[in-house]
Amino acid sequence: MLLIECPWCGPRDEIEFAYGGEAHIARPADPSKLSDAEWAEFLFFRSNPKGAHRERWVHAAGCRRWFNVERDTVSYRISRVYTGACEPVGEGQ
Amino acid sequence: MADAMMTADAGERAGALSRLFQGGEASTTAGPLTLSEMPVPGQINLRGNPSDAAFAEAVAKVLGCRLPVAANTVEKGGDFSLLWLGPDEWLVLTAPGAEAELSAGLVEALAGQHFAITDVTGNRALFRLSGTPAREVLAKGCSLDLHPSRFATGQCAQTLLARSGIILSQVDDAPSYDILPRRSFAEYTWRWLEDAMAEYR
Repeated sequence: MLLIECPWCGPRDEIEFAYGGEAHIARPADPSKLSDAEWAEFLFFRSNPKGAHRERWVHAAGCRRWFNVERDTVSYRISRVYTGACEPVGEGQ
Repeated sequence: MADAMMTADAGERAGALSRLFQGGEASTTAGPLTLSEMPVPGQINLRGNPSDAAFAEAVAKVLGCRLPVAANTVEKGGDFSLLWLGPDEWLVLTAPGAEAELSAGLVEALAGQHFAITDVTGNRALFRLSGTPAREVLAKGCSLDLHPSRFATGQCAQTLLARSGIILSQVDDAPSYDILPRRSFAEYTWRWLEDAMAEYR
């Protein structure tokens, strides 16, 4: 069980949260110009790293706000929690 | 705008436990513990930008208390409680029946500003659990750290109790807690609390 630090409410049990997948995925500016393969790439393909992973979480049973978590997919250790939906933060991938 | 607002009907006004208590007083004790259903309070969901001084001042003027901007805190003014729900969201609890007038007052005071006021009376029931072991009872189904150093009188939280969403607020050092389950979960929450209290009988 993870203890996740909600940026607004403080540390809460994992059961209060819902997972929203990889963070910082930019939506293509003009989807109609993309090929099917490129569109599928945007919709379905994720980096799936072994190690640091930036992901979206929502405090579903609490303040219902979305935020980002940087979590190690091997140790599950959470190294950073931050708000902001789209701005590239940190080193980038 | 105020005229068009939905107001609570008699069904929402009635206690949420009528099936269990046949209209009688919903209250139970177990040793030092008391669990009671309180009259359904008026409930107003308020949203706006707390760092906008005009918004904060208008709200303070109508409610007679400061807007709680610290996370998980409650401010009390006159007949109102103002619970922090999020960085731009609060729940105003009023005396039963006072919500329509208060909504109208807020709408008038905030005219021209960016805000949202929604009458959500009937959304939640209100239980009060009181007595020395209240903390231990809640801990059976709530993952919050309720130690007084972490969660004290004047604090509130939206969290889970026995897997269902509640708003929890500590109202005094007895300790007494206000528990606001969704109305449709009121009976479940009540029964769960009764069971959790049983060992103190």
